[in-house]
Amino acid sequence: MDLAGLIAFNVVTGIAMLCLITIGLGVIYGMMRIINLAHGELMMLGAFTCVIATEAGINIWISIFVLSPLVVGIIGLVLERTIIRFLYGRILDTMLATWGISIGLTGLIVTIFGNNVRTLANPAPSFGIGEYSTSLYGLVVVAVAVGALGSLFALLRFTKFGLILRATMERPGMAAALGIKPDTVYMATFALGSALAGMAGAVLAPISGVSPVMGVAYITRAFITVLGGGAAIVTGTGLASMLFGTIDELVSFKASPVIGSVAMLMTAVVLIRILPTGITGRFLRRSL
Amino acid sequence: MTSHSLGRFLDQYRGAGSFLSVCLLLILVMFGLPLFVSTFGLLQVTILAVMSIFALSQGFVWGFAGIMSFGQAGFLGLGAYAYAVAVINYGDSTLAVPISIILSMLFAAVMGYFMFYGRISDAYVGVITLTVSVILFQLINSTSGSQYRIGVVELGGFNGIPAIPPLNLIGDPSRPLDQTGIWYATMGGLLLVYGLLRFILMSRFGRVVVAIRENETRAQLIGYDPRLFKLLAFVTGAGIAGLAGCLYVNWAGYISPGVFALTMSAQAIIFVLVGGLGTLLGPILGAVLIQWLINTIGDQGAVDPGLGLGIILVAFVLLFPKGIVPLVRAAIQQVLTWRKRNVGSPLLADADPLQSGAE
Amino acid sequence: MTSPNPAPARKLTPLLEARDVTMKFGGVTAVDHVDLVLNEVELRCLIGPNGAGKSTFFKMLTGQLRPSGGSIRFRGNEIGGAHPHEIARRGVGIKTQIPNLFDGLSVRENVFIAAARRKSVARATAIVDEALERLHLTDIAGREVGRLAHGQRQWVELATVLAQEPELILLDEPAAGMTKVEVERTAQLILEINRTHAVVVVEHDMQFIRRIAKVVTVFNQGKILVEDHVDRVLADERVRNVYLGNSISA
Repeated sequence: MDLAGLIAFNVVTGIAMLCLITIGLGVIYGMMRIINLAHGELMMLGAFTCVIATEAGINIWISIFVLSPLVVGIIGLVLERTIIRFLYGRILDTMLATWGISIGLTGLIVTIFGNNVRTLANPAPSFGIGEYSTSLYGLVVVAVAVGALGSLFALLRFTKFGLILRATMERPGMAAALGIKPDTVYMATFALGSALAGMAGAVLAPISGVSPVMGVAYITRAFITVLGGGAAIVTGTGLASMLFGTIDELVSFKASPVIGSVAMLMTAVVLIRILPTGITGRFLRRSL
Repeated sequence: MTSHSLGRFLDQYRGAGSFLSVCLLLILVMFGLPLFVSTFGLLQVTILAVMSIFALSQGFVWGFAGIMSFGQAGFLGLGAYAYAVAVINYGDSTLAVPISIILSMLFAAVMGYFMFYGRISDAYVGVITLTVSVILFQLINSTSGSQYRIGVVELGGFNGIPAIPPLNLIGDPSRPLDQTGIWYATMGGLLLVYGLLRFILMSRFGRVVVAIRENETRAQLIGYDPRLFKLLAFVTGAGIAGLAGCLYVNWAGYISPGVFALTMSAQAIIFVLVGGLGTLLGPILGAVLIQWLINTIGDQGAVDPGLGLGIILVAFVLLFPKGIVPLVRAAIQQVLTWRKRNVGSPLLADADPLQSGAE
Repeated sequence: MTSPNPAPARKLTPLLEARDVTMKFGGVTAVDHVDLVLNEVELRCLIGPNGAGKSTFFKMLTGQLRPSGGSIRFRGNEIGGAHPHEIARRGVGIKTQIPNLFDGLSVRENVFIAAARRKSVARATAIVDEALERLHLTDIAGREVGRLAHGQRQWVELATVLAQEPELILLDEPAAGMTKVEVERTAQLILEINRTHAVVVVEHDMQFIRRIAKVVTVFNQGKILVEDHVDRVLADERVRNVYLGNSISA
């Protein structure tokens, strides 16, 4: 019973983590159909911002929820204005260019901070489920994931900004005819996606450790979850995270984390083969 | 001969000419360099040759077959590990080399079947190749512990396999190659691969592969099965990358899971992009330039090479998507036509005297 | 080639036989239980307003779409749902709505690739020369296809189709985007080709249809409205209504 509780908790946490890792990439993919291969590095920058800020004495929660998204959102904005916006519509070229940004950002951080792992103290205490103990921080992750998805849904559904986003997603030409500048929308979207990535990196920093090369582990998972999820931002990310997260955690528990990760990747490969446009390419197509 | 068939004839002649001159250059470098450079210097240069072969595998698969592989490092790594395991187990490199090539090709055949015989679009080929190379990395990286062994060889997890015997003369394990010998073997391999690819591209198979890249629908409507040709091209590229892996191990003396890393796949792509997509000389040039740059920057230690590499990749995607070799060729063409126009050479005029219809 | 007047005792297998062919996209039925029979060296035109289903039907013949129902037989062999390259290998030459060509290669190279499949270089070269001759393309044989005018590209595509030495030729809007002079030339070419090959043409251009057609099949809302000789079809009241009285009355 205790074991079941622990596994359930791990599965839920795993899904939440995957959700957070993916959501920033999903926003950008859903809007502009580009795969931002620098996503992992944006998360890394968020984590680093958090570490540096807390080392400088700033409260960790402010670092995570205010500073990191702000800093990384601005960085994303700059990247979009200087590089990405020249490549819209060119899928392969954006993948290559963002890969270049990813390598460049990693190199930059290594040059400035050196290639070692820093730790961020876990702000949450551990708690017990029967005779197994785990960290309460898992609950924080779940809460943030739910909050992020929920806020995004609310933003898209209930706000004017969200309406503009959805209109531009569907028909940029028509939106332009109505006086909306798709360029500005893309810029805002990229900044939003970057900010979400930055926050995700910061939230996960206490559990994952922080190093310049940490982005690599994230990008593959985010990548396949976005493609597996399909074009609908909230539903796609949610459903794909549930599927992949569950498989990852269950197999990890049975075998090892590496095998779990491999199982998740292989599931993704098979899923994309069967549903080339992702889950929401076939089911729940009209959802957000 | 009309001006058109003369033009065509000269094209073929020019084609053969450029092939021979590149071969000549490679042979000169192969035998000439050891005369001028110390053994240590040869060591530095050998990796450039190895990376050239790796770049050619990406260049063929991407530039000619149109297959966007984001995970060629997977085949590099498979070839490397296969060689390492085989040479230590057999105590002789004679079989280890073909094993490294064939293992990569078999793996590519399975992957390729899955990808090309499913209805997967080109962009997803990139996704799947990337994901598989990451899977390989994670798997090999986790093989620490003596239970992970093939024959007598422990895979070693993130530490890899140390002290790998170099190539020996065919069939004679008592005569291993020294550094100069490995240089000859590597350059020989580069010459071989270059010649092979040239030959393939001139053959019917090669022409169909390029046609499929140009317009898959038309190739299908002529009766060619694009899935088969893409599969064969993909497998060929994997074999070349496997060979590069085998030679890589010989250069390094040891192997670690880093050979499967995403950065390795990225390097292959950068080599081809910078050098020139759609050419054979381009990948070689790109590999030599960029790998040299990586080594030089890496040596001075203050700035991480990744920074420069990233900037170069972005710059080339934005500004020079065709790469260096086509740019240079176009520039030479410009110079030649300028000279033609000013010097006057009616025989080589490529203007069409019969303008039919609006243009 | 089989003689157009078969011995009366034996019934010949039609060259192309589509029975009950249906295509559904989700809830929409684009092609609704269509029958079509084509004989050797026959020329058939498929016409109909936009959305009538003729292009969809055409794509099922070429293998670009898999029929939801029914059967399509070429020389008695089932080709419904087969891959385009399999259908091409059986001897069906196809020209698509938007010309599909190897833009980076020359005219001659384009035709050569089509001619050379499973043939020696010598034989292929002979075929290429003949195809270029027949379509009056010899003058521009060395030009890069990507740089040609639209009309020329259509003819090059026709040449690549011929070079395959097909038994049946399927043409999707061969006169699209052409000037009046080019349309006339294309009509002549198709009539000339029809002396030795069976041809199915999907077209919108009524002048063109009038020029080349013998038997016309009119599609409307996924079904065949009427199938008859061109003069009777174009005079048919129902056909005019279906076109809402534009080009027919011209």
